[in-house]
Amino acid sequence: MKIGVLVSEGPYTHEAVDSAYNFVKAALAAGHEVPRVFFYHDGVNVSTRLSVPPQDERNIQENWTNLAKEHGVDLVVCIAAAQRRGILDKNEAERQGKDADNIAEGFRISGLGQLIELGIQADRLVTFGD
Amino acid sequence: MSDVKKFLYVNRKAPYGTIYALESLEVVLIGAAFEQDVALAFLDDGVFQLTKSQETDGIGCKNFSPTFRALGDYDVTRLYVERESLEERGLTEDDLQEIMYEDEDDDWAEKPSICVISRAEMADVMAEQDVILSF
Repeated sequence: MKIGVLVSEGPYTHEAVDSAYNFVKAALAAGHEVPRVFFYHDGVNVSTRLSVPPQDERNIQENWTNLAKEHGVDLVVCIAAAQRRGILDKNEAERQGKDADNIAEGFRISGLGQLIELGIQADRLVTFGD
Repeated sequence: MSDVKKFLYVNRKAPYGTIYALESLEVVLIGAAFEQDVALAFLDDGVFQLTKSQETDGIGCKNFSPTFRALGDYDVTRLYVERESLEERGLTEDDLQEIMYEDEDDDWAEKPSICVISRAEMADVMAEQDVILSF
């Protein structure tokens, strides 16, 4: 089955993003296809490479980056939500006149159309939020 | 795109206090370009999103409630509101904005977009959807 995932809460404050990660891993292990995970609302905060959690805690961003590398899952961060919350890639940083970008490897910034497209193309769209 | 799915956007939160309502509306507006079968549902505190005479100057947030009245131009013409959620909050349909659309299949007659339905009917609406996005 082709399963799309929407993450709509931020890292560490809410468990939603951890549940989404565990769900995606389990779905892939069970032979399902997870073409894309879409990060919205505070979910976009997962994609900053500048988070530095204590060493004895899980690193949520690194977990997702590794998942993208190993399984080719498309990790898409909503551009409108990202710009509100200070998540920028190189192009956006330059376009907005900011002195740095912070998006982590494996993530890409794109529009809400990617979420709608996922809903159309996937057999199921599963939301992880509050 | 050839395949059309039934999308339902479920709004459960008050318009201000959190960003969910505003960012939900942003998805609806972008999603309208995909020519899917779209409806919105308002329940729990989400019914406050449609109230008339919203005034947000005091909280420094944009009053986005007029945008709901433009949804008809995006072919989003079905806004289901849960009657029990209204009643539990002391609201009636008269407290909601008038939101109209022009029905192109009926000589562009103006018709109301808001449809107040019971909790049981809301369950039926949800059951017939392909994609439900909850905010």
